[in-house]
Amino acid sequence: MSEYIQHDQLGESVGRVEKRTFTFAHPPASMTLACGATIGPVTLAYETCGRLNEDRTNAILILHALSGDAHVAGTYTESDDKPGWWDFMVGPGKGIDTDRHFVICTNILGSCMGSTGPASIDPATGRPYGLDFPVVTIADMVDAQKELMDHLGVHRLQAVIGGSIGGMQALEWSVRYPDRVASAVLLATTTRHSALAIAFNEVARQAIMADPNWNGGNYHDGKKPDLGLAVARMIGHITYLSDESMRLKFGRRLQDKADFSFNFDADFQVESYLRHQGRKFVDRFDANAFLYITKAADYFDLERHYGGGSAVAAFAGARARFLVLSFTSDWLYPTYQSRAMVKAMKKNGLAVSFCEIEAQWGHDAFLLPSHRLSGIMKGFLDGDSDV
Amino acid sequence: MTATCNAGNGIRYDLRLVASWIPQGARVLGLGCGDGALLHYLKTRKNAVCTGIDIDESCVARCIERGVTVLQGDINEEVRDYPDDVFDYVILAQTLQQIYDPAPLIREMLRIGRQSVVSFPNFSHWRVRTMLALTGHAPVTPQLPYQWHDTPNIRVITLSDFRRYARQVGFRILKEVGINTDRQDRSGKTVRFLPDLFATYGLFLISKEVP
Repeated sequence: MSEYIQHDQLGESVGRVEKRTFTFAHPPASMTLACGATIGPVTLAYETCGRLNEDRTNAILILHALSGDAHVAGTYTESDDKPGWWDFMVGPGKGIDTDRHFVICTNILGSCMGSTGPASIDPATGRPYGLDFPVVTIADMVDAQKELMDHLGVHRLQAVIGGSIGGMQALEWSVRYPDRVASAVLLATTTRHSALAIAFNEVARQAIMADPNWNGGNYHDGKKPDLGLAVARMIGHITYLSDESMRLKFGRRLQDKADFSFNFDADFQVESYLRHQGRKFVDRFDANAFLYITKAADYFDLERHYGGGSAVAAFAGARARFLVLSFTSDWLYPTYQSRAMVKAMKKNGLAVSFCEIEAQWGHDAFLLPSHRLSGIMKGFLDGDSDV
Repeated sequence: MTATCNAGNGIRYDLRLVASWIPQGARVLGLGCGDGALLHYLKTRKNAVCTGIDIDESCVARCIERGVTVLQGDINEEVRDYPDDVFDYVILAQTLQQIYDPAPLIREMLRIGRQSVVSFPNFSHWRVRTMLALTGHAPVTPQLPYQWHDTPNIRVITLSDFRRYARQVGFRILKEVGINTDRQDRSGKTVRFLPDLFATYGLFLISKEVP
């Protein structure tokens, strides 16, 4: 997902929030991963807003996408002018109402925003894991989140909510721990990557690995593979937008010039935009973490892991109420993929709502302020209370 | 139906009548459910377990906002995914006249639901008959407010046509009511005397033919 900068006033801010960490699987204990490897200790960075009620029935877990973090809403300090990544959605009276719900957001396993990942120190060597970090899956991320829920005293989640790779985690929760999830909101997501989505991820990974500074993932003592990571991010941004949004946003307009430069500088605005996004990204994200998370997304296959290849069989054990939302211009996870999961849910007799939201901003639309999106979210979550 | 979404208070007279046929706690599927007024009514007043299907995004959004489970899609396609007899009632309220090929849809409705409710504007109402007969123009009435060139209603149906259709397609009519409504469809009454002539709408409760 891109760092969106637009925030509009769809309600007041949740105010100050605090970044916390939770560590489990302290040696000699460990966490066993889907690939068979074990790791420990495992730390998750997380943030909470609102208050858990006495019955512990109002907890909502928000799951972030590829490059996101635990900072979902509010601000860290008085002078902090950059609120969390879903601030328009999460807060008092907003789509996810923190006056009513206890909201938890946690950085995923394998990331680099405070949770254990390839940039973390390997206790066995005292050095960053690098490629010694085991390949993690969406299921591993969810298992780690379950540990955090146990720690917070939340047995059953009123809702799991996620977009994109966050939506994959929400899907995984709903079939892996069906008795712990009352409802699931799946935005701009898929039960498995198409060849197109894998292809984009692979090109992005190749960009990182082709950077000489990457050095087999061992770059923590020297220069980092910034160029490779920047190109990877540029590729990502193309997939997050759409033909229409790029036409509207950039067209063929030139950047700060009247004519072509007849060299290989950024002539077009779209080139300049992508370069800017790439440069900005390397300051905050770890190249190896990008490799691991995109791989986890590519491996994710609900049909294969839970249904022997059948989507209908995959949802046989699910019991949650579902809300599936797609966006018309999303070409990364197009609407047909949402419809396919909805069809499988219907065939299992599950309560599912589906809406394809008209949006020109492509895959990233779920991150952009929208009264429609907030209204739908609020209505769906309220609907829980009378079931 | 494709009509615009009304957030209005209270539901239309014909929908109240449909609701009166639905027992407490029924499992209901509403096809072309619009803004979900009927389903919301059934959910809150009758404790029914409801799902709606509509093709219009703003209607679907309105349904979800008011807590009605709904799918955005083409009803002709969406009905095919459901297992047999999964609903107690499948409702097609004032949408039949917009369906290109009604027989497969009605068969699917009767497959996935034990009973179905079908309602539509009655094209044999005296006002429709006289308008065509006296003016020579395609009828435009409060129930059929469109000009011939901009109407979503691609089928004209009379109560008598529907009875004959039941025999052709092979379904049973369990109950039939003609109603006469005011111009806004807010209030109305059932028509017992010559409903073919005096009913603005026909409401039918149908089921599979018992072999």
